[in-house]
Parts: sequence; structure tokens; C-alpha cells
Amino acid sequence: MNKNNNSLLSLENITVSFEGFLALNDLNLSLKKGELRAVIGPNGAGKTTFLDVITGKVKPTRGEVFFKGKSLIGRKEHKIARLGVGRKFQSPRVFENLTVKENLEISVSTPKSPLNLINKKIKNGQLDEIEHLMQVINLSKKINTKAGALSHGQKQWLEIAMLLGQKPDLMLVDEPVAGLTDEETDLTADLLKSLSGENTVVVIDHDMEFIRRLDSNVSVLNQGTVLCEGTMDTIQNDKKVIDVYLGRPEE
Amino acid sequence: MEFKNLKLSKKTTLIIWVIIISFIIAAPSILPVFRLNLLGRYLSLAIVALGVDLIWGFTGLLSLGQGIFFALGGYCAAMYLQITSSSEFPNNIPEFFGLYGVDNLPFFWEPFRSPIFSLLAIWVIPALVAGMLGFLVFRNRIKGVYFSILTQAALLVFFNFFNGQQKLINGTNGLKTDVTQLFGQMVGSESMQRMFFWLTALIVVAAWFFSKWVVKGRFGNILIGIRDDEPRVRFTGYNPVLFKTIIFSIAGGLAGISGALYTVQSGIVSPQFMTVPFSIEMVIWVAVGGRGTLLGAILGAVFINYAKSLVSEALPASWMFIQGGLFILVVTALPEGVLGWVQGEGPRNLLQRFGLKRKIETYPSLEIKNKTEGLKNE
Repeated sequence: MNKNNNSLLSLENITVSFEGFLALNDLNLSLKKGELRAVIGPNGAGKTTFLDVITGKVKPTRGEVFFKGKSLIGRKEHKIARLGVGRKFQSPRVFENLTVKENLEISVSTPKSPLNLINKKIKNGQLDEIEHLMQVINLSKKINTKAGALSHGQKQWLEIAMLLGQKPDLMLVDEPVAGLTDEETDLTADLLKSLSGENTVVVIDHDMEFIRRLDSNVSVLNQGTVLCEGTMDTIQNDKKVIDVYLGRPEE
Repeated sequence: MEFKNLKLSKKTTLIIWVIIISFIIAAPSILPVFRLNLLGRYLSLAIVALGVDLIWGFTGLLSLGQGIFFALGGYCAAMYLQITSSSEFPNNIPEFFGLYGVDNLPFFWEPFRSPIFSLLAIWVIPALVAGMLGFLVFRNRIKGVYFSILTQAALLVFFNFFNGQQKLINGTNGLKTDVTQLFGQMVGSESMQRMFFWLTALIVVAAWFFSKWVVKGRFGNILIGIRDDEPRVRFTGYNPVLFKTIIFSIAGGLAGISGALYTVQSGIVSPQFMTVPFSIEMVIWVAVGGRGTLLGAILGAVFINYAKSLVSEALPASWMFIQGGLFILVVTALPEGVLGWVQGEGPRNLLQRFGLKRKIETYPSLEIKNKTEGLKNE
């Protein structure tokens, strides 16, 4: 295998079989440090399973996942998260009965051991971090509002802020703009773009306008394997991609 | 619209505490000895209810096996009292051993000669048993209804084991404490019972402060996080197994203390503490009082039990129907429990229904209002 040394994440020959159904089929993918990568594909192409494998939720039937040179296979979810893999879920998953601030406290707190949380106060540096995050997502005024009372868009942004608060080296973002207005979508795209460079970001989405705005390399998944990789222009002109996903423009 | 707040406001909590404490202080002078003793027993049940609230109300773990830890605490206390009061019996061992022809004290009784060991054992042993049981269950990611069934099964295992061990712990007859001696006095005597009442009241307050300390701040927020969305907690880098094991162990320890105080005030510990209905009742106290409100657990335990004894005296056999009805009422009409209802929108809604209070403006109407104002500005 060509194990590229400057790749932050590499998936090698990943196969995931759910009782015979191949959710991922010999998938190979690698990401450089600081890269922004969009992953698209039709429903059932294996996009979410791909994230499940990286974050330890699903154990692949075959294949290897390397992150910062370490194998992730067999590690528990919280260990993988502590190694620096952060994940934003498809529908916003924030803690609805906690306030915006408490949600962010959970994400920025380190070490994440029960003893530290029960008998120590949150560090001042972490409070500053929360302050900063709330400005980024524009929720400074809602600091003591329960997350459950936020609008859908605000929840999406809160979850992105929680992801940032974990300071992950790799951010996996699953459909961040589902249910957002056009304006919010544009803002989210700009935010994610500004994060890459320092962070490595994988974005999964259906929204082609949004992906185009990310202006990044795109991997197209189909039937559990990478169909094509390249810039938006390359993949939009790729015959295979047009056949399975984009469809031919009506003439 | 403000999202339903499960935590009580400082003011309400303070008012309720002032009422509770003044009642506790007044109780010994206004209640007859019999009633005072009952109140003391029910206050001790409030401690196990606090534990149920920590694991169920905050962490979402519905345990139907808290009776195990409650009984373990009770047995630890009773063993100490029996062994230290056995000097006039044959072989200097508790009287019941004679019934089964046992001459030598079983080895595990020995450490209970020490008051310090016994005082520690009352909460450490239940906490350890809970911790070990919890760790095995949580590590295998057994959750929800499977967890509840498993705790109930464990309860039955303990019940049957304790029931069958005549030669070790007097089996189904249990261990009596009322005729044992402590500090040179009979445990069942009036002055001792009065002392236990004060001790229980003090420990209830201490247990409440302790529980409050556990759930406030980030640790408690993680517990709520586990209750509402455990995978999300995991993907944020926390290990829910540790948090759940710790809180289950704490609840076990509280149950042990509760069981010990209950035993010395009712005069006996027996496998009856580990029957299925009793552990389910503990859950009902918390549900009625208010899940996730620690004070609700205390009030639920005391009031339901007090009501139970009053009703049972007046109309024997009808209590089960009342208790069942109460539970159905809470589940259907007051899902947050009585205290949760008081704290939330409950009283306001009730007053509105009778036209005593103006309806609060709901979100859409506020929006329309803002829009019309916006138009005017334009």
C-alpha cells in the first residue's frame, strides 16, 4: 500500500458488510493535513457508514484506518474522539436540556475524566474559548438559553461550535446545511472554508451549490466505493458521475 | 418559549427547605412517639429516593433493583448490632444461630464486631456491589428496558439467596435490631428512636447537599447528556461507562445508608427489603415527587409513605389502588412529577383554565406583533 507520510487520515481497502449487504466495498481514501474535502454520493452510497468507520461506531469487516499514523480499528469511540477526530451529526445533536454555555463547556473541557469534572472548576482559558466560540456562531446573547429552545439553524451552528471546541485535528461534518436558509448556508460554507488549512475537514452533503462554494476537492461515493475524485469541474464532467449521480441535463 | 426547566429555582428550593426543616424541628414535640418513628422511617426512605433520582432522573438509568443495596446496608447495620449484643447467648454469638445448631460464627460476621468497619460497610459494601454490577452492565452497553429487567433479575437473585441462608443470616426471618443494645441502651427504646430520628433528618439534609454537589456543574451536565443522547457524549470524548458506574455506585451507597437507618427504626431487616414491589415503589416516589428535582424525590418518598400508612389504617386494602392510580395520574398528566409541575408552566396553565390569569403570548403571536411593529417603522 502506498502509505503516504503526509496524509492525516487514510482508509485502506475498507469493506463493511451488514449481513451480506456491502455498505462499503473496498474503499480507499486519504486526506492530507489541512485539506478540505467534500464527499458526495447518492442515497445509500455509504457516506454515513464511512464516517461511522472512522469514528469507531462501526467496525469494518476488512481494511485499515490510519489517523496520524495510528490504526483506529478496535478503538472505542471516546478514545478516537480524544485522539482528535470530531464529528458533527446529520441532524443537529446538541444537549437540549442544557444551556448553550453548558453545551460548549462539555465540548471544551479537558481532561474528560469524571474526577476532573466533579471537583474542579472550568479553567479560565476554557471560558475564554467558550466566549470566543459564541461570538463565532453569533449566540452570545443566548448564552443561558436551553439549546432545545434554539432554532434549527442555531442548533446546527451550536453543534459546529461544539465540534470546534473539541479542537479536533480532523473534523467530520455530516450535512451541515440541511434545513438552513440560503444565507445561513453561505455563512456555513465560508466558516468551513476558513477552518481548513489549520484543520482538516471532511464535509458530506447533497447540496451541490454548497459543495461548489466550498471550492474543494470532491470525492464521489457510489455503492460503497470511491467513484471519482477531483475538483468540482472535473467531477461534473466525469461521465461515470453524471450517469450515477448528477444526471444528464435535459436537452 | 422557555424550555422546560428541570432544576428548581433557588427561591422555591429555599421556601420548601424552610418548611421541611421547621417541620422536622417541631415534629418530636407535636407528634406522638409512634408517628414520629414512622416519620423517621420515611425520612430514611428519602435517602434511597435521592439515589434513584440521581440514576434515573438525571442519568436515565431506570433501576428496579435498588432494594439490593438498601437491604445490604440494613444487614450491615443489623449484623453489627446483633454481634455486639450477643454476650449473654451461648457461644457468644447471636441467638438465632442456636436454632440451626450453628456453634461457630460464620467468618464474614467477624469484622462486624468493629464499629468503624460497620459504619463504613453500611455504605461502602452497597456502593462496591453497585459499582461492580454497574460496570459489567454498562461496559456491555446494556441500556433502557434491558437494564431495568437486568436489575430486577439481580434483585430476585439476591432475594432468593438471602431468603435461603438460615445458617448464615437467619434467612427469611431476617435480623432483629430492636432488642439489641447500642451505647448501653436498647435500640428499640424511645430515647434511642428519638436519636435516630434526628440522625436521619440530619443525614437526609446532608445527602441532599451531596447529591446537589454531584449534579451541579459539568459532571451533572454529562449525566444529563448521557440521559438525553449517550452516543453524542461518547463522540465528544467522554467515556459514559465511567460516569454511569460512578453514579450507580453513589446511588448504591445512598441506598445502603437509607437501608441502615430504616432497619434501626423499624427494628428488623429481612429479605422483604428485596421484594420486587418495594423497589418499584422507590421509583414511584421519585416519579410522583418529580424526576430530576432532588427535592421532589425527598418529598415523594416521605409523603407517599405517610399517606400509605394513613390510608392503610383507615381503609385497609385500598392503598394499592390509590398508589396505582397516583402513578397513572403522574405518568399521564404530570410527567415531570408534582414538583416539576409546580416549577414549570403547571400552575399558570391551571389558573388560565379558570380564567384567573392572562394567557402568555405564544411565539407566533409575538412574531406577528413584531412584524406589524416593523411595518409601522417602515
